[in-house]
Amino acid sequence: MKEGLPLWEVFVRAKGGLSHRHVGSVHAADPKMAVDAARDVYTRRMEGVSLWVVPSAAITASDPGDAACLFEPAQDKVYRHPTFYVVPDNVKHI
Amino acid sequence: MDTVELSKQNDVSAIAADDAGRHAAFEARVAADEFIEPKDWMPEAYRKTLIRQISQHAHSEIVGMLPEGNWLTRAPSLRRKAILLAKIQDECGHGLYLYAAAETLGVSRDEMTEALHAGRAKYSTIFNYPTLTWADIGAIGWLVDGAAILNQVPLQRTSYGPYARAMVRICKEESFHQRQGYESMMQLANGTPAQQRMAQDALDRWWWPSLMMFGPPDDNSPNSAQSMRWRIKRDTNDKLRQKFIDVTVPQAQALGLTIPDPDLKWNPARESYDYGAIDWAEFYAVVRGEGPVAKDRIKARIDAWESQSWVREAAMAHEAKRQNKAA
Repeated sequence: MKEGLPLWEVFVRAKGGLSHRHVGSVHAADPKMAVDAARDVYTRRMEGVSLWVVPSAAITASDPGDAACLFEPAQDKVYRHPTFYVVPDNVKHI
Repeated sequence: MDTVELSKQNDVSAIAADDAGRHAAFEARVAADEFIEPKDWMPEAYRKTLIRQISQHAHSEIVGMLPEGNWLTRAPSLRRKAILLAKIQDECGHGLYLYAAAETLGVSRDEMTEALHAGRAKYSTIFNYPTLTWADIGAIGWLVDGAAILNQVPLQRTSYGPYARAMVRICKEESFHQRQGYESMMQLANGTPAQQRMAQDALDRWWWPSLMMFGPPDDNSPNSAQSMRWRIKRDTNDKLRQKFIDVTVPQAQALGLTIPDPDLKWNPARESYDYGAIDWAEFYAVVRGEGPVAKDRIKARIDAWESQSWVREAAMAHEAKRQNKAA
């Protein structure tokens, strides 16, 4: 089968001050076409003020099989959270 | 020749007019509390001010690991050691968030590192004081992180988007730092007479440097007015300092410790504490690099950077080799 147009991941900034968020993907031949397609597909109702497109092939994702060894070690480190520490009620602003 | 000169002149005035228009639009956006994002047009002075402030903030997080690292192997329990390690990891992460925000302004990580090592970039004067006893680690969490939080909370609404977003992450993580410090101080303050003395001694030494963290007084803070207008800063140094004093004094009282300021007095008319004169000569000396351990701090950073350069080089060499093989 002939190879189709490359895939691009689309990120939209909803408004100034917020980070771009992943919303989905489009197929396009080049970056400009990808931005145009993303604009048509994902921002028809003023969903954003800025777009990023990134070639999907350029994204390296963590392996779902590694999720346990990557993320579970954070589970038993409750001392990273402020609520772990007891401060008397009469002490304010802390 | 003439025509060339003439067209050049036209170009220059066209650029100037264009710049004035963009400048006015920029000022209006900032005044309306809009966020400025990396690809938006911004005045060169705004970009430079941000690079200076964000990179110095990042350097402070990185250098700030050193006084705490000093006690890592000597923390009095496994619990305290795990907490201190987690805090130091956070400081490193905060430095990285901030460097990344500064990089969106067109400055490279290496340029910033170089500026710190060459002494061209500053970092918070507080980290040029030594951590002499274990109580200093509690005092740093309580006072230094407490002061940092008051500085940083308004920065979550700073006008430059990437900086504001970095500050949101940092503030979320910072609360644990202050609470673990206060808890540690509480334990010492309720401990043996020797531990109580240690806690008081730490407060005595860290109180004034903590007040200096808010920067020079408003009438002697040259960049403040411009930064306030550009919404880079949202509160004045003196206002934040007063707020810090007002919330911290009752916290010290709850510990049974005494703030080392004989002039400290509640002023019912102002509903704030009056406080004694700050030794600004000391502050400027520390800014100039005359702090007790300033030289050690920068030397530690340079040593770490240089002695570990082989790790960066080996990683890059490995990747180059892999790419060669694939090609």
